[in-house]
Amino acid sequence: MGNACNTITFNAAQCDGCGLCMTACAETKGSARIQVLPAEDKTYALSLCRQCGDPHCVSTCPTGALTKDVDTGVIAWNGDKCVDCLLCTVGCSYAGISLDAQTRRVVKCDTCDGAPACAAACPTKALRYVTTARIYNEVRDWEDLFAPGLSGCQGCNTELLMRHTMRRVGPDSVLATPPGCVPGMGSVGFNGLAGTKVPVFHPLLTNTAAMLAGVKRQYNRLGREVTAIAIAGDGGAADVGFQSLSGAAERGEQMLFMVIDNEGYMNTGMQRSGCTPFGAWTSTTPVGPESRGKSQDAKNLPLIMMQHRCAYVATASTAYMEDFYDKLDRAIQAAKTGFAYLHVYSPCTTGWRFPADQNMEVARKAVETNFVLLWEYTPGQGLRFTHAPDNPLPVTAYLKVMGRFRHLSPEQISHIQNKIEENSAFVTSLAQSAAAQA
Amino acid sequence: MDATQYLIVGSSHAAIEAVNAIRLHDAEGSLTLATKDSQLPYSPTVLPYVVSGRSSPDRAFLRDDNFFARQKVDFRRGCALSALDPQRKLARFADGSEIAFDKILLATGAAPVRPPIPGLDTVPCHVLRTLDDATGLRAASGRARRAVVLGGGLVGMHAAENLVEAGQVEVTIVEMNSQVMGGYFDATAAALIEKAFAAHGARLLTGHKVVAAAPAGQGAVLALDNGENLEADLLLVAVGVQPDLGYLNGSGVACQAGILVDDTMQTSAAGVWAAGDCAQARNFFTGTNTLNAILPAAAEQGRIAGMAMAGDSDLKPYRGGVPLNTYRFFGHHALSVGNGDAPPGAEVMTRLDEAQGRYLKAIFHEDCLRGIFAIDEFFDGGVMWELIRRRIDLSAMRERFFADPLAAGRELMSQHWR
Repeated sequence: MGNACNTITFNAAQCDGCGLCMTACAETKGSARIQVLPAEDKTYALSLCRQCGDPHCVSTCPTGALTKDVDTGVIAWNGDKCVDCLLCTVGCSYAGISLDAQTRRVVKCDTCDGAPACAAACPTKALRYVTTARIYNEVRDWEDLFAPGLSGCQGCNTELLMRHTMRRVGPDSVLATPPGCVPGMGSVGFNGLAGTKVPVFHPLLTNTAAMLAGVKRQYNRLGREVTAIAIAGDGGAADVGFQSLSGAAERGEQMLFMVIDNEGYMNTGMQRSGCTPFGAWTSTTPVGPESRGKSQDAKNLPLIMMQHRCAYVATASTAYMEDFYDKLDRAIQAAKTGFAYLHVYSPCTTGWRFPADQNMEVARKAVETNFVLLWEYTPGQGLRFTHAPDNPLPVTAYLKVMGRFRHLSPEQISHIQNKIEENSAFVTSLAQSAAAQA
Repeated sequence: MDATQYLIVGSSHAAIEAVNAIRLHDAEGSLTLATKDSQLPYSPTVLPYVVSGRSSPDRAFLRDDNFFARQKVDFRRGCALSALDPQRKLARFADGSEIAFDKILLATGAAPVRPPIPGLDTVPCHVLRTLDDATGLRAASGRARRAVVLGGGLVGMHAAENLVEAGQVEVTIVEMNSQVMGGYFDATAAALIEKAFAAHGARLLTGHKVVAAAPAGQGAVLALDNGENLEADLLLVAVGVQPDLGYLNGSGVACQAGILVDDTMQTSAAGVWAAGDCAQARNFFTGTNTLNAILPAAAEQGRIAGMAMAGDSDLKPYRGGVPLNTYRFFGHHALSVGNGDAPPGAEVMTRLDEAQGRYLKAIFHEDCLRGIFAIDEFFDGGVMWELIRRRIDLSAMRERFFADPLAAGRELMSQHWR
């Protein structure tokens, strides 16, 4: 299997065309290999080598001067072999390799050997150097603990979360998956066979944390070190299962409780939960003459869990996998001695009504609008943001990418925007007071 | 007799791209690559640089043995295809050996044309198509004093420049057309190129033909159609290339000047594909099948053929060949992308700075770019190629595009296919 590679990414929505990337590139390399271009609607586009997987510049090079390094992903240019014929510039449709007017030779991005000056110089973070590849290359070598072929909806990110999380947690573990999408996808198995390679059980919605606490204590009594982990939905955690969750957290039971929050009881037909946001359509908060979606605000479960003074509490998003992985590692560590709580936002293709290929983009928009805040908490350090909530996009950028908010009135939208700002201000004050005490 | 699932004949760009494409879809199927050459793969395009010394013969290779090991290819050098039997799926080679195949790709390239000049077969002359040709020509260049190059195309001009740069050689280029580089540039651009050659001491005889050749000492004497006699101790014949398809005799595979292929590079025979200089594929502009013996077309056709052979469902049919080339002469860059003919209704824009030797020409037809040609004016050739093939409407920005094709092209790129 191929190697995942680090890459420079460009988020056009965050680019203001300042051109500092070009200056930084020119200062580092002698001439800019990156160019910001005006595009439609006052947006900007990029001309930069994409380090293609199937590079046509390499195909059209007559001397073998261009080579794709399969480990780093970078297409390298060998100036000794190059004869300056320029055929590579004809092969590339993206203006990724071009003639430098000064040297009269071709130039292209080499990602500054893994520390690109352009990304470092970008003040808006429109350009980023994404090193998530490391994660995928590591994960690839770990054992997959789920059966092949989980029966999720098309485009759902829960299978990714289940497989990644359990690969990282490893085989010395016991898994609890209360009713919800996770067992619905097959964690508890089919036809009498378990869906996992580790002990898995299917508690009631109400008693997940209590049962898992008991199992973990029994393993402790036997002297076996195992990670007790629950992967639950938001309904099972925030509503009907909350008392056992709260109790286990309060007692500091040694476990990792992970909530995959798709903001409703999606597995049973998309009913509203305590985590369903204001205004959202669900099958029990319909849209019609009387009802205009959910009329209450969501409860903020991760903040409630923080108030339990758990050993570790964090929120995460699959649009930010490096951040998720950092938090998963800390949660696994914290669960050895206390209660770790990890809350992962999971856009639901079916219930939220967006195209199956848009899951990551919806997850990203939630963070970019501050609809979702990414932070972590420990009793010693308090709360700190892992993704700065500064300069958020208006919430409409998030609401418009899915169908469940399509009916919203301007009043409802401004209600949601106000709640976001209120929540953001509140969590910011927590982060500031933690920073002040540090 | 050996048997293989995929048999590729040839070892240059089309063949290598086909190997990559097959392996992306079928990691294990047995793959044999047979080439008549005794070397590792190389590009004919690199050969003028081997002649000039810019590339050394041992560093001119496109891929090494590791490539074939990694891609699980049985690489056989010195294997010239002599006959093909598509019914029995058998390929016979010059040494009498046979290979049975399921699918075969003919990527056998082209060979230099020998013009029908009386006496040419009696005089020592060079051509430039193989690495051996290049090393031979390089050695001869060192000894030559009076060189004659027949043909003012890419190969001839490139070689002539090398001879001029080597010093001590008197170089004459004979081109029967009224200008050099006729396939890629118009008369204005050609005049700039010719001027640069003249300034470096080369003699250009355009619009003239050699009518007879006879041996003279170690070299030859060439009679021109104007009665002049040219003495040459080095004669390079570079009047073009054509596929050498003797191996298809009796095979039933349809051919004209090249092997006729459809938009997946399949020939008229089941299980037989062709790509590169030997293939006659659809022309983007005319819709008819024409030869387009250029490197980018070979790479693209090879990729498509490999995908088709492996049954890759991502295969997108060939969009049609577009003539394009890059040419560097005496430190200047010339770029040619697209069709140089201006059909009725076409708009032609030109800009010439004779003092600086800069020239830009663009041809628009039916609101779209048809061709763009430049000397020392710069744009992204690949972006222009894509603008032509996507038939992007430029009617609203023609002037702005022509004023700065580099910036405008990138802007269009970011709007249409980023």
